[in-house]
Amino acid sequence: MAIRTRTPSLFRPRTPIDQGVLTENRKLVDDINRRGLLRGAVSLGALTMLTGCDVSEIDSVQKGLRAVSAWNDGVQQTIFRANHLAPTFNPAQVKKPPRFNAYYPIEDVKPVDGASWSLELAGRIDDKRPWTAQRLYALPEQEIIIRHVCVEGWDYIGQWSGPNLRDFLQRVGADLSAKYVYFICADDYTESIDMPTALHPQTILATKYAGEVIGDPFGYPLRLRTSTKLGYKNAKWIKAIEVSNEFRETYWSERGFNWYAGI
Amino acid sequence: MHWINAVAIFIMIGSGWKIYNDDALFSFLRFPDAIVIGKWAQYGLQWHFFGMWIFVLNGIAYLSYGIVTGRFQQKLFPISVREVFVTVGEALRFRLRHDDLTHYNAVQKALYLGVMLVGILIVISGLTLWKPVQFSELASLFGSFQNIRLVHFFCMAAIVGFIVVHVTLAMLVPQSLVAMVSGGPVIKYEAPSSGSVAPEMKTPH
Repeated sequence: MAIRTRTPSLFRPRTPIDQGVLTENRKLVDDINRRGLLRGAVSLGALTMLTGCDVSEIDSVQKGLRAVSAWNDGVQQTIFRANHLAPTFNPAQVKKPPRFNAYYPIEDVKPVDGASWSLELAGRIDDKRPWTAQRLYALPEQEIIIRHVCVEGWDYIGQWSGPNLRDFLQRVGADLSAKYVYFICADDYTESIDMPTALHPQTILATKYAGEVIGDPFGYPLRLRTSTKLGYKNAKWIKAIEVSNEFRETYWSERGFNWYAGI
Repeated sequence: MHWINAVAIFIMIGSGWKIYNDDALFSFLRFPDAIVIGKWAQYGLQWHFFGMWIFVLNGIAYLSYGIVTGRFQQKLFPISVREVFVTVGEALRFRLRHDDLTHYNAVQKALYLGVMLVGILIVISGLTLWKPVQFSELASLFGSFQNIRLVHFFCMAAIVGFIVVHVTLAMLVPQSLVAMVSGGPVIKYEAPSSGSVAPEMKTPH
C-alpha cells in the first residue's frame, strides 16, 4: 500500500506524535475484549434508562435546559418577521369542526355563559371599561384561513374571524410599546404573547369559526387566533386581557414548554 | 468533532423519538419509553431544542473544515460506482481489507457523503418544522406540514441505519477504534512527487 501524504489538518501537530506509548501498550490494547466492552456499554446505557428517574428532572439539568429554552425565545424573536404573512388556504380545505386542544379532555369543558360574560381589561390600557359580548361582536371582523400547528405534531386548516387584535388594542388605548399581552381564561388557563405578535396582521380575537359563532369546546365567546404561534399559545374562553412590561410564566411555560412557541 | 457529533445525534434521536410519540406518523410505530429521552413531552422538546445547537454548530464547523482544508476533496472523491459494487462484493464474501486506515474504500466514501447530505436535509426539514411560517418559502417546497415531518422522520431513519452499519463495521475493524483515540497511524512524509494528486503540504523545518 502506498504511503500517502497526510491530510492537511489544522489540528494535527506539524511533527508526528511519539507513538511509543501505543507501541508499548499494544498488548494491553489488544487485550481489550470487544464483546466485554460492548456488553458493558449496553448495560450502562440500560442502567441509565431503567432506574426510573429522568435526568431531565434533576434541578441543575432542568435549570440548564430552561435557560436554553429562554435563549431560544430570544432567537425566535430575532427571526420573527413582523409583516410576513403565514400561508392562507381556501374554505374547501377547512376542517369542521376544528380539532380540540386543551390541558384536559373535551368532556371537561365548562361552557361560558355569553349573556353574563364580559371582557375585562387591565394593565397599560387607557380605557379599561369591560366589554360585553354584544359590543365586541359588533366590531368589524377579519377572516383568516390558516394552519393550526400543535406542538405534538398534528395540524389542520381552520377558518377564523373576529376583531383584529391590533385594531382592538388601539381602540382601547393600549400601550403598543409595552412588551407583553396577557390572556386570562375562564378555565384558569393563562397565556401571553409578545407585542410584535399581538400586532401581526394575522392575529385576531376570534369569535367565529367557518362563519358561525365558535362552539363551546373551541373557546366561546372569545379566543385568540394568531398565525405565528403553536396551538397552545391561542388562549380560549378569554375573560381578561392585560398589557404589561413584566414577564410572568404562563400555564405551559411554567411546566417547561417553550414560552415564545413561534412557528 | 466526531464525538461531539455522536453526543448531539444521541440527544437528537432520543428526544426526537419522544416528540414523535406524541403524535405518531405511523400507527404501528411507537418508541418504547425506555429508549426515549425525556419522561414528559416538554423534556423531550427541551433536549431536542438544546441538542440542535450542538448538532448544527458542530456540523457547520465540521463541513467548513472539511471543505476549506480540502479534506473532503481528498478523502471522499472520486467515487467510482464500479468500485462501490466491487467493495460490497468483497464485504459480502468477508474479503474486505482495511489495512490502510487513512484511505476510505468506495462504500465508505459513498456512505459518508450520503450521511452528510442526509444531515443537511434533516437540519433543513427540522428548521421548517420549527418555523413553517417564518420560513414559509422553504416550507412550501415540501408541500404539506405533515410531509416535512415525514422527510424529517426518514432522515432520522437513514441516520439510524447508517449508525448501525458504521458502528458494526468499526467494531469489526478494531484498529480503527484505536486510531480514533490515538489520532491515527503515523503517516510518513513524502515529498510531493510529480503527478501526485494529493494537495501539497508545507513540511515543517
